[in-house]
This record gives sequence, structure tokens and C-alpha cells, in this order.
Amino acid sequence: MYGTDFGPDDAAGTGPRPPAPDEPLNAADAGIFDDLLEHDLRIEPRDEMPEAYRSTLVRQIAQHAHSEIIGMQPEGNWITRAPSLRRKAILIAKVQDEAGHGLYLYSAAETLGVDRADLLDRLHRGTQKYSTIFNYPTLTWADVGAIGWLVDGAAIMNQVPLCRCSYGPYARAMIRVCKEESFHQRQGFELLWTMCRGTDAQKAMAQDALDRWWWPALMMFGPPDTGEAATGGHTAQSMAWGIKRFSNDDLRQRFVDMTVPQAEKLGLRMPDPDLAWNAESGHWEHGPIDWGEFRRVLGGDGACNAQRLAHRVRAHEDGAWVREAAVAYAAKHADGRSRRRGSAA
Amino acid sequence: MTIKDADASGYVLGLADDALIYAQRLGEWVARAPELEEDMALANVALDLLGQARALLAHVGRLDGTGRSEDDLAMFRDERDFRCVHLLEQPVDDFGVEMARMLTFATYQSHLYAALRTCADDVVAGVAAKAVKECAYHRDHAEQWVLRLGDGTEASHARMQAGLETLAPYVEELFDDDEASVDAAGAGLGVLPSSLRHAVLADIATVVGRASLAMPEPPTWHSRGGRAGIHSEAMGPLLAQMQHIARSHPGATW
Repeated sequence: MYGTDFGPDDAAGTGPRPPAPDEPLNAADAGIFDDLLEHDLRIEPRDEMPEAYRSTLVRQIAQHAHSEIIGMQPEGNWITRAPSLRRKAILIAKVQDEAGHGLYLYSAAETLGVDRADLLDRLHRGTQKYSTIFNYPTLTWADVGAIGWLVDGAAIMNQVPLCRCSYGPYARAMIRVCKEESFHQRQGFELLWTMCRGTDAQKAMAQDALDRWWWPALMMFGPPDTGEAATGGHTAQSMAWGIKRFSNDDLRQRFVDMTVPQAEKLGLRMPDPDLAWNAESGHWEHGPIDWGEFRRVLGGDGACNAQRLAHRVRAHEDGAWVREAAVAYAAKHADGRSRRRGSAA
Repeated sequence: MTIKDADASGYVLGLADDALIYAQRLGEWVARAPELEEDMALANVALDLLGQARALLAHVGRLDGTGRSEDDLAMFRDERDFRCVHLLEQPVDDFGVEMARMLTFATYQSHLYAALRTCADDVVAGVAAKAVKECAYHRDHAEQWVLRLGDGTEASHARMQAGLETLAPYVEELFDDDEASVDAAGAGLGVLPSSLRHAVLADIATVVGRASLAMPEPPTWHSRGGRAGIHSEAMGPLLAQMQHIARSHPGATW
């Protein structure tokens, strides 16, 4: 269903010649950035780029990477309690994938001249954000399904267009991320599908999860494009730079249109009394989103904001001695190798 | 000597429960490891062990004639019916203790499964053939960390040594010859645990020496009885957590 909206092969475009791999950093013509954008080609790390473009990407990619690794917590919370061994295996593999996504994304950010350790420090100090969705608690086993179905579903909607993002390393990382997220979304749906065909208690658990996760999932697309709650944000500039392809409301609408029929298949009731099909527009129209709640959670007042960050910082601090040992060991043995090479010469 | 399937099931259950319970403990590391790469690595080891456990548990349900599924056996047995050793039940401690545990268990499993590849039970032999490759990776992973921690900083050296000391009382139980193992070994189905002792400890000692660490002094006590269903106090909370959803919804499918 997803993952097919990938960009054209970089080599297939017609336009200015992309720099050869062996050209030195920043050796490209001054105007090549605009030319590459104009022809929908990829900007690569060696290309000159405006500082604002670079810093926007660092902020966005880092926030994305942070979301992946903080997102390991609400699902990791259920690994020890998964109700079957098959579900346990699926969940471990899924959380492992999220760690992998964090790695691809930190690596993509590092091509822009930043360091993973610095980005993690910024996360730990609270100066870089992660998705507010992970500040909601996972309270029942059905929440594992709801996260896969709704949260990963919304993430895919946001991320598939990023496979055509103008920055090459980010776009390529997103292709793999989207393939895996698509798998997670189907696994989440299948988990809920099984529960909805199970006992009354299982079905009630699934409904409760949808009730709690639906609105936060809609908020994942960010503030509306227009109206009182609109923030302007970075949308216009990001679109001009080919980082963002669709507006928040466009993506949110696609998600609603995709998800409502899936909820019907599951036999679950959408927790929105205003939800209605508009035959004229051909879209499902949803009721008002509580943007006050969005701002509140974004500002730190969510059930798990403090807990998620504290857990992350604790894991990082608990592991400091291990990372320091690895660095010390590598240094000792690098010296040993160079001494051996020296004596052999 | 021949062995009835029902008797063989007790031995296979020991293999399965070791893998299951260690997978359960390793699952606790995910999202709290020292670095992202290690979150992935520990999850990988947990997945390998879970895969071994699932294949072996399903086989137990056939051997003992009850037809119980992997989940019946994992989720609906009481503590006294589990057959794992105490080493694997112990609560997660620091990363040094975990690498000491992984080095110990992966070295033990490597020798065990190498021998079981030619055992008389086709399913166990098949699991062993796959598992022996997995264990080699687990062992290598643990070995690399024991070397880095032992020969890293002064602090890491002390903590890695402490990790070895912490687990020392739980190592000997791996080599206790319980009744099910003796019967299974006699029938060509299993391996006598005591026969693995020398090779396993020698391999561990080699790594420990290369890491500039010392093998712990023989402990004043050692754990016993896991294969007979006598567990440590850590086992109850582990099972409570692992089983509670399944047991809260008897008959449900997940």
C-alpha cells in the first residue's frame, strides 16, 4: 500500500551534470544548488548549499532521528509482556528497526557536518525535540497495535514524500525507513485485526486504544495550514527547498481518508462524532482537533515528557563507562598497531 | 539404551527454557543499552534465542504427548515446571554483568549445540545446526566487549571483573548432571552437562586472560536445582511479567 511513491532515479533526470564523486568538497559551481533544485535533482554533501538549508535539514533530520529512538520506549515497554512468543518476536524486531532508523538518520545528519554525540546531547538537554506522540503512555497491549497502525501509518504519510527530498542522504535513508515502517503499519493492523476477532475484552481493548491514539495521531502532521492555530512554521521555505512536498493539512487529509475505511474493516468506531463523508470533495471530514492539547504536550506537559527524556538520559549516562572503555581500548590497540607497523618498517 | 519421548521432553524443555528465559531478560535491555548499536545487537541475540525456544517448545508439546503449543508452555506453566538454570533468571544488572553472562552462556551453548547437531532427535539436531552458528556470533559479541571492558579504562576493568565475580556462583549449575540430562545423554539424545565443563571453562578463561582479567576464585556456594524446577527468587517476578496478559485472557488468540 505504501512505499511506492519514491522519487525518480537521480541519474534519469535531464539538467545540470551532478558533480562527480571524486570532485572535492564544495567545488561545485556557485549556482549549482539552485540548478539542482530546479531540475529536481539531489543536493549531495559535497555541494555548496545555503547555511539556512543546511541548518534546517540538521534540525529536521535530528528531530526525526530523536523521534525514532525515543519511540523505542513506549513499545519497548511491552516486550517483556507480549502475550505470545510470536508477538514478542515481532515486537523486538520492530523496536530494533526503530533503533536502525535512528542510526540511518544520525548518519544522514552527520553528512551535514554535525556529530551524533552532539545531537544526542541536544536531545538530552531538551534543545532539540522529538515527536510529541511519544509523550503519550502505552497502557494496554492493544496500544502496541494502535502505534503500528496509526502512528506508523501517519509517519509513513509524512515520510514517503521525503524519499523525494532534495537532500540525497536523507532521501535515500527514508526509502529504507519507509519500507520498514510500511511493514510495521501492517503488523499493527494485523495485531488489532486479531484482537477485534477475539473476545469481548480484546475488542474493548482495541477500541480503547483507538479512542486514545486517534487524535494524537492526527496531531502528528503538525499545526493546520490556516486558521487560528496555524503557525506558519517552516513550511513555505521547506517547500521551496524541496525538503517538504505537501502541506500539513494535505497529508493529514490523506491519512484520514486512508484510515477511516480501515477502522470500518476492523469493526471499530472512530472517536469523532463529527466525522462525515463529503461526497462533493470525495474526502472524510473530521471534527476539530484540540490544538490546545497539542501545544500543551509540545510544551512539556504530557503524561510522559519527563519520563521519556529521563529514561533516555539515564540509559546514556549508565552506558558512559562502556563507551569510554571502547574508545580507550581502540586507542590502545591503534597505538599497538602503529608501533608494530613502525617496527616492521 | 532407549528413551521414551515423554522422558526426552524433560531434557528438551531444559534447552528451550534456557533460551526463552535469557531472551526474556535480554528484551529488558532494548532502549536502555549503552549505545544504539548495542540496542540492536542485544535485540538480535534475544531474537535468536527466542527462535530457538519456540522451535524447541513446540517439539516438547509433541514429545510429551500433550499437544501443548509454544505459548501453552511459555505462558501457562507455573514456576516449578520451568527447567532453566538460575544464571539466566538473574535480574538485569550492569553491562559488565550482562557481557559476563552472555560470554558464559554463549560459550556453553556453542559447545552444547555443536555436540547436539548429531544427536538422535532430528528436530533437536536441526535446531542445533542453526543455533550453533547463532551462538558463535553471540560468543564473539560478548568476547569483544569483555576484551574492550577488561582492557579499556581502569573503571571498566574493575566493573568487568566485578561482573565475572557476580555471576561466578551461577556458572557451575550449567554442568550439573540432572536426571533428565543423564537419561538423554545415555540414549544419544543429549549431552552430559559435566562433559562440557572443561572445554567451556577453558574457552572462557582464555578470553578473560586476554582481557587482562582474572577468573574468579571458586565461589563459596553455587546455584542448584533449576533443571528440577527449583528456581531463584528472581524467577517469580519474571514469569509474572511474561505471563500476565496471556493468563488474564485464557483462551484468547493474539
